[in-house]
Amino acid sequence: MAFLEIGLGHYLTLAAVVFTIGVFGIFLNRKNVIIILMSIELMLLAVNINLIAFSAYLHDLVGQIFALFVLTVAAGEAAIGLAIIVVYFRNRGTIEVEDINLMKG
Amino acid sequence: MANPHDYATAAPEIFLALAAMALLMLGVFRGNRSTRSLCWLAVASFAIALLLVFQAPAERSVSFAGMYVADSFTAFVKAMVLIASGAGLIMSMGYIRDEGMARFEYPVLFMLATLGMMMMVSANDLIALYMGIELQSLALYVIAAFQRDSLRSTEAGLKYFVLGALSSGMLLYGCSLIYGFTGATGFDAIAVALKGQEHAGIGLIVGIVFLCAGLAFKVSAVPFHMWTPDVYEGAPTPVTAFFAVAPKIAALALFMRALIVPFLAISADWQQIIIVISIASMLLGAFAAIWQDNIKRLMAYSSIGHVGYALIGLAAGSTEGVRGVLVYLAIYLAMNVGTFACILCMRRKTGMVEGVSDLAGLSKSNPMMALALAIFMFSMAGIPPLGGFFGKFYVFIAAMNAELYALAVIGVLASVVGAFYYLRIIKVMYFDEPGEPFEGPMSVEMRAIIGLCSIVVVFFAFYTAPFVASAEVAAAALVP
Repeated sequence: MAFLEIGLGHYLTLAAVVFTIGVFGIFLNRKNVIIILMSIELMLLAVNINLIAFSAYLHDLVGQIFALFVLTVAAGEAAIGLAIIVVYFRNRGTIEVEDINLMKG
Repeated sequence: MANPHDYATAAPEIFLALAAMALLMLGVFRGNRSTRSLCWLAVASFAIALLLVFQAPAERSVSFAGMYVADSFTAFVKAMVLIASGAGLIMSMGYIRDEGMARFEYPVLFMLATLGMMMMVSANDLIALYMGIELQSLALYVIAAFQRDSLRSTEAGLKYFVLGALSSGMLLYGCSLIYGFTGATGFDAIAVALKGQEHAGIGLIVGIVFLCAGLAFKVSAVPFHMWTPDVYEGAPTPVTAFFAVAPKIAALALFMRALIVPFLAISADWQQIIIVISIASMLLGAFAAIWQDNIKRLMAYSSIGHVGYALIGLAAGSTEGVRGVLVYLAIYLAMNVGTFACILCMRRKTGMVEGVSDLAGLSKSNPMMALALAIFMFSMAGIPPLGGFFGKFYVFIAAMNAELYALAVIGVLASVVGAFYYLRIIKVMYFDEPGEPFEGPMSVEMRAIIGLCSIVVVFFAFYTAPFVASAEVAAAALVP
């Protein structure tokens, strides 16, 4: 039953799909900035899947260490993103993506 | 395990990190009234870090299990980054006081961003690269939104955050693929794994493309430039001045190291990517700026164009090319710091003004500032014998010797088109009817910065040879 065995390719495909969903979430989303934050998180998690799959496949620990670093930085990134959104909301009164249009040209 | 040698390699960064923490504590206890003294302390820390950079031995030293490297290339770039950060902070002091944003976090964030840039320059591993970029970016997002009562500043911060995080995601995805298909994250280890190969596998190429996309975002090269004009316009002006110089220099240095050191064997594969984004950046920088009246936006497009010229040197991929980029960046530093110092002096009673038309008749109301700005504009347009000409000259020479004739020709044509809007600023200053003069007199720091930058730009022709020689030594440390 070789076709039922989950191998590197399956993990890479999953990561690619999750990553694409994340990128599309940023570009197609017209509603809310929080959704963008979630999409960014999805992209980083896709990278982590990749790193850990490669790490297991190569029998090399560096990938998992890298994933730990990514997790930590992602937490910091989310905190700063939320802080900026709060400051923006105080000034603008809305966080709809379509309203973020003061500067153009 | 880390040994004393490791710490010696990273001495400037360790010093800067400790100084940033000490200043943060000082700020917490003394409050916002200490901002001005903290700013000067931060400038002093940059100066000490600069001394430490120059004190380090010239030969290549690798530490922290190959993750961190210090050689004459990193010393050259770090010196530029530290000077740019110091100048940016000095230019900020008057502005943050006048605009009521003089909070003590400002100099500390500058120091942390600079620390991140120095880590980027010294990174010799994908993990170190990522940590450096994130430390720099997270600090910069906050600085962009620092004027927290201003809608424009917070919007700039939000846009910068969203697009910066997107670029970090792409960069990381590229890193993960490179790790998977070469089995290593260290630049030297990747180079060993690729030894003898002429062409990379498809997986590795996809990884390199994502890595290039992420780095192109950070240097604001076309097609990943969309955030630049908005962020430059919205961010407080001294922050824009900082953004336009120090992070660009660090990111371009990282771009060069991350492509040349690990992937030199397969340079034919990534060279095409760099050529395309270089041409696109030069053309967009030349054409899109023509219609801009906001001078900060204009400078944003101008910086996109300059990145395009600098990338020519990377596309050449030779010692000569890297040398050209380093010379270009050094002159870019002087021109941009000087120009933004002039922009920061555009203040009327009602507040800061940012229109090109507000410069009308500056030659009558403030002839010295008009002369300095004219020098910077001529230099950016690349008119000999000013510094900007030599910057372009050395990258074009590298492109010719690497047989990239089309790239060099398009570069020259784009610089001719680009000269239009630089000359338009000079025309407005010298030939238009004078408007209301700016609030005088300029502060001593501003005069000093503008004066120094114009001296560097005007007299570059006299010390070209020794300067290019030191850039050559730095470039030779990067390209074997």
